[in-house]
Amino acid sequence: MKQGKKINSFFEVIGQCLIIRISDDLDHHKVLSLRDEADGLIEKERIKNIVFDFDGVNFMDSSGIGMIMGRYKRVIFTGGKVGVASVTDSVDRIFRLSGLYKIIEKYDTVKEAVELL
Amino acid sequence: METNEMILEFDSKSENEGFARITVAAFVARLDPTLEEISDIKMAVSEAVTNAIIHGYENKPGKIKICCQIKEDVITIEIHDSGVGISDIEKAKEPLYTTRPEWERSGMGFTFMETFMDHLTIISEVGKGTTIVMDKQIQTNKE
Repeated sequence: MKQGKKINSFFEVIGQCLIIRISDDLDHHKVLSLRDEADGLIEKERIKNIVFDFDGVNFMDSSGIGMIMGRYKRVIFTGGKVGVASVTDSVDRIFRLSGLYKIIEKYDTVKEAVELL
Repeated sequence: METNEMILEFDSKSENEGFARITVAAFVARLDPTLEEISDIKMAVSEAVTNAIIHGYENKPGKIKICCQIKEDVITIEIHDSGVGISDIEKAKEPLYTTRPEWERSGMGFTFMETFMDHLTIISEVGKGTTIVMDKQIQTNKE
């Protein structure tokens, strides 16, 4: 895997891929703290693909869905894709119920996601 | 019939969303719910509280009140705000409908509440506020 540029504990850039490490419950509060910085990096680093790292995340509600859909809408313009990695069972259930797997890919690990996206 | 109740009131701030989820989950814990049932309840509470913060109080200061009642194996949760109220409740319940697409709201809040709880009632008056009432039977007799 190409050498990554670690921005902080939540964001890493590998080539044209932005990795977002959620680490916590993905709710409206968390979305507020991540979204603006994510969008800033997407523009500044000319990001094409995004991988959401769900390692350690046991909760996600519709605010999380909204955030993922919002980033998806942003990157498809330039032919980019969105993937999710290390998804726990409870979060997987929400993805399936929301139909989000129709437009995003699920991977076992971030490494796999970056390689295959 | 014996009931067990709790009332919780807190500031309408996003940092209290997690607190609300955990508190209601802790209260229902004595019914010995499955992990999935706890997850369902936390989801429903999260959606309702987030709605109160974003739509009810439009991200301005306010108080949110949660009343929980346990009666036998059923938990009833009421989430109340004294915010702007919902002008068209049926429209609001439509899946994917949102009055705030610019804030990336998915419009799935009520759909998730209906999916994860047994019943959902929305009581609202424009200019007065909104009360969400939902209940769930915890399947205590698990074979």
